[in-house]
Amino acid sequence: MKLRKPECLTAESMHYCPGCGHGIIHRLIAEVIDEDYKDHKIVGVAPVGCAVFIYDYFNFDFVAAAHGRATAAATGVKRCIPDALVFSYQGDGDIAAIGTSEVVHAAARGENFTAIFVNNGVYAMTGGQMAPTTIPGQVTVSSPYGRDPKVQGYHIKLCEMLIPLDGVAFVARTSIHNLKNIELTKKAIKRAFEVQMNKEGFSIIEVLSNCPTNWGMTPAESMKRIENEVLKYYNLGIFKDKGRGI
Amino acid sequence: MKVLMKGNEAIAEAALRAGCECFFGYPITPQTELLQYMAKKLLKSGGVFIQAESEVGAINMAYGAASCGKRVMTSSSGPGISLKQEGISYLAGAELPCVIVNIMRGGPGLGNINAAQSDYLQATKGGGHGDYKVIVLAPSSVQEAVDLTIKAFDLADKYRNPVMILGDGMLGQMMEVVEFDENYKRPRTEKPWAVTGERNRPKRVTNSLYIVPEELEKHNFKLREKYKKIEENEVMVEEYMTDDAQVIFVSFGMCARIVKSAVNKLRQSGEKVGLIRPITLYPFPTKCIEKYANFDRIKFFIDVEMNLGQMLEDVKLSVAGKKDVHFYGRTGGMVPTIAEIENYYFSLKE
Ligand code: SF4
Repeated sequence: MKLRKPECLTAESMHYCPGCGHGIIHRLIAEVIDEDYKDHKIVGVAPVGCAVFIYDYFNFDFVAAAHGRATAAATGVKRCIPDALVFSYQGDGDIAAIGTSEVVHAAARGENFTAIFVNNGVYAMTGGQMAPTTIPGQVTVSSPYGRDPKVQGYHIKLCEMLIPLDGVAFVARTSIHNLKNIELTKKAIKRAFEVQMNKEGFSIIEVLSNCPTNWGMTPAESMKRIENEVLKYYNLGIFKDKGRGI
Repeated sequence: MKVLMKGNEAIAEAALRAGCECFFGYPITPQTELLQYMAKKLLKSGGVFIQAESEVGAINMAYGAASCGKRVMTSSSGPGISLKQEGISYLAGAELPCVIVNIMRGGPGLGNINAAQSDYLQATKGGGHGDYKVIVLAPSSVQEAVDLTIKAFDLADKYRNPVMILGDGMLGQMMEVVEFDENYKRPRTEKPWAVTGERNRPKRVTNSLYIVPEELEKHNFKLREKYKKIEENEVMVEEYMTDDAQVIFVSFGMCARIVKSAVNKLRQSGEKVGLIRPITLYPFPTKCIEKYANFDRIKFFIDVEMNLGQMLEDVKLSVAGKKDVHFYGRTGGMVPTIAEIENYYFSLKE
């Protein structure tokens, strides 16, 4: 089988480390856009983190936000272009630490855009520090003895936090550690965009991803780690889909 | 038509007349009426109004909306402006037009809610990180606040740069008669950079990231060229009774209005005094002050501010050592009186 590059991706080669999940997630977004929103207005909102250059890889408009502020910037964008498909793309440090306030309130207001939240459990771009999503016991350069909930507190489950908010229409946690879950991630993105275009409210997909570089693993090992360790702390599923009564 | 309006509301009304389509704010005294006025008007007219969860949220919403090419405003007071500085740096870096109102109160920290000019340095010397400039306009009456607010939107679009209206609690809270220019026409500014999401043209990105040092330096040089143009073309200053003056007061905003009354009183006693009032704090009217510093008849300058001398350095740089520059200021939300200014003048004359 020959894989064709989705049309909405540029010819630019991605800067991500070999085996990094960002490349897969970008491709899934691109496929959904090609399939459902070929000529539709689209604006992406870029984060600060490993995906800071995401605007180079897609051939539609982007707004590059300050660290953590993508959901605030996306709010401004979507309110000005209500008919556009708007999504923010953010890492765990960006959306679940410095940007917690912005995402919680965008969600509570029921802003009609989609947040794509890539959770790899570390601040990857700055060299693998502990993130709000780092799981108990996990060793990082800033939790060198492993995250101890008694010292560093517990990991944040952002999706679970957002579900009760009335403005939130769609919440899913997916993963990209194997083909089946990659397929499910694509489905979730498709549905989240659909929910957005139906103006149902805020939609968010948390994608469990890998960071072979900062986890000190081969890409294959990192995928295994998601399956064997990360999934113990983060269960997958569509937690909320207002339109479908979930 | 003339109407009686509170400063904060007059600024909001002026913004709407200038075509402001989006407002993002967070309540803080003494600017809150501005936010309330916008809520009342924009929610009805199909504009965008959001009371954000924080000043950080508000300025970043403004960043998003400004990226879309809309006329955008946000407002706050000192402590809130401190929080907005992150976003202001990004707006300047990404060259996005946005009008930011700062109705100053006493500082530092929580300070108090009285009128003060405590944020001159923050407004004119960056405030946020990086080599950038914000155009700063300092009205001294509600009417001027109206006129400058409209001008602020035009300047923001013209230069693709944030513009700040720097007022104080007195200006925000006082009521004065104002007249709106019924014939104002928004200049036609093309915004070929605006993010609209369209797919049938090359993509557009608003961004302030230049990871390659050579490129960032080039970008900073480009911004510098823009600031030079602003410095050449946009200086606004009022010269009052300076034609034969021997002593010149320098003061801005509401404080300048008190100084103007002091100048009038001193003139009645035969004192040859005048006032230079910078209307643009950036670009600063250096050349105007320098011109007077070169005149033999000028004995000295007196800078009067509602702070401890934040503009003083700019005045001194303009005077360039040619004359003495004295300073009189009240701080903490205290307002200098005409009598205090007169007394200070006479104490220097002796
Ligand atoms: S550091 Fe980690 S998250 Fe970042 S590009 Fe490399 S593998 Fe991906």
